[in-house]
Amino acid sequence: MAIFSNLAEAVATNVRDGDCVALEGFTHLIPFAAGHEIIRQRRRGLTLIRMTPDLLYDQMIGAGCAAKLIFSWGGNPGVGSLHRFRDAVERGWPCPLEIEEHSHAAMANAWAAGASGLPFAVFRGYIGVDLPGVNANIRFIDCPFTGEKLAAAPALRPDVGIIHAQKADGAGNVLIEGIAGVQKEVVLASKRSIVTVEEIVEDFGKRSPNAVILPAWTITAVVRAPGGARPSYAHGYYSRDNSFYVKWDEISRDRDTFTAWIRENIG
Amino acid sequence: MTVAAARALGSRDICFVGIGLPSAACNLARMTHAPGLTLIYESGTIETKPRVLPLSIGDGELCETALTTVSVPEMFRYWLQGGRITVGFLGGAQVDRFGNLNSTVIGKYGSPKVRLPGAGGATEIATSCGRIFIVMRQSPRTFVNRLDFMTTLGHGRTGRERRELGVTTEGPALLVTDLCIMKPGEETKEMAVVSLHPGVTMEAVRAATGWELRAADTVTETAPPTAAELEVLRELNRRTAEAHGRQVAE
Repeated sequence: MAIFSNLAEAVATNVRDGDCVALEGFTHLIPFAAGHEIIRQRRRGLTLIRMTPDLLYDQMIGAGCAAKLIFSWGGNPGVGSLHRFRDAVERGWPCPLEIEEHSHAAMANAWAAGASGLPFAVFRGYIGVDLPGVNANIRFIDCPFTGEKLAAAPALRPDVGIIHAQKADGAGNVLIEGIAGVQKEVVLASKRSIVTVEEIVEDFGKRSPNAVILPAWTITAVVRAPGGARPSYAHGYYSRDNSFYVKWDEISRDRDTFTAWIRENIG
Repeated sequence: MTVAAARALGSRDICFVGIGLPSAACNLARMTHAPGLTLIYESGTIETKPRVLPLSIGDGELCETALTTVSVPEMFRYWLQGGRITVGFLGGAQVDRFGNLNSTVIGKYGSPKVRLPGAGGATEIATSCGRIFIVMRQSPRTFVNRLDFMTTLGHGRTGRERRELGVTTEGPALLVTDLCIMKPGEETKEMAVVSLHPGVTMEAVRAATGWELRAADTVTETAPPTAAELEVLRELNRRTAEAHGRQVAE
């Protein structure tokens, strides 16, 4: 059953050095506040999973939290490169970063497999390309019915899954609106989970019968963190701070400027 | 380049759209000659009609103007892998003569000179969509004889690999650059120039290409953008710049 908690306590209890941790959110509802708390608590040696490691993972990688990254697209959307990610891969700063690289289709299927309790994902993909040659976790199987050669990737089953959402109700159930990405799959696939929310309401009130809701008993900790997805956005609450994404390009380009920014803004 | 790419789309197309040039071209088409064009972004937004160009693939604008929004696993499984998309728009850091693309690394994978963002949706878009349109700025650094890494299958290293690998979709059918338009040869699948943009010579295109580029039997001149097309594009860019505080397309 979900326990209402605060961010410092939820991270201290659930995220340990060396853990495999996923902070997801497909452009929308990226759990920045929770990621910043992980940086603040100086977690080390994490295996970080995220389809689109954008600014948040650039910050966590640059701050030295990560030993390994499992991902499918690493860029600053609409702006350019992730300089801290590149510095870690190209020059091992501040520590070497092992990468396990996939395509979006593979990751999306691997999340669904994780949530489904399956050992691996199967899909039609990776045909004729070089990624299987550099990632031993991309393999192929023959369909037992048709013989078609299909791609397989291990299910994603992190120690901790962290997402941001709009609302929790008094019982700790969580409501997600707008682009839902893989939010639901991450919580269901993870051993422990933290959900930060914009607000806690007594009751969700009138909603679509098909609303995306995670029952309280699927979540480890629910934390009220208003603005917790900034500079990404929360549908119905605030929009994406596009200018910060542009500004990040300058901040992150240089190691010293980056380190100063982390010290000043995160601690 | 944006206008030339937009013209290739029709009202009946169901298009999987990437951010940047593809997004500009698709929305220009929707706002001009192809009002029925269905746009799908990999963030899960189906039949979206953005008033401004998104900066990211999951901007709120895409969700607010969509007919429906599905989860990312559903998008890749039911919609893309399910074979419901007629055109996929792709770009990359490098393209070769068979329309194969690299968006992973420049240099060696294990010790890259430049680490690029990676595959994203491209790898499966390239094999699941009916046809692929590629939009890229042309230079000898980007139009290369040999890719440093094959992120995305075009017609393969020999031009025959799609069929050999059992891929039933068409693959790259059009390559639009800032200098010209190319299409694959019917048999060879090697990209050849079919149209030069106004004022551009075949010599200039060859100088911007890292392989011995062929011209098709007939090479025409790309019709210049009409006043109406330019007006819609400028207006779209103005709204977009106002919304994001910066220019997204040109």
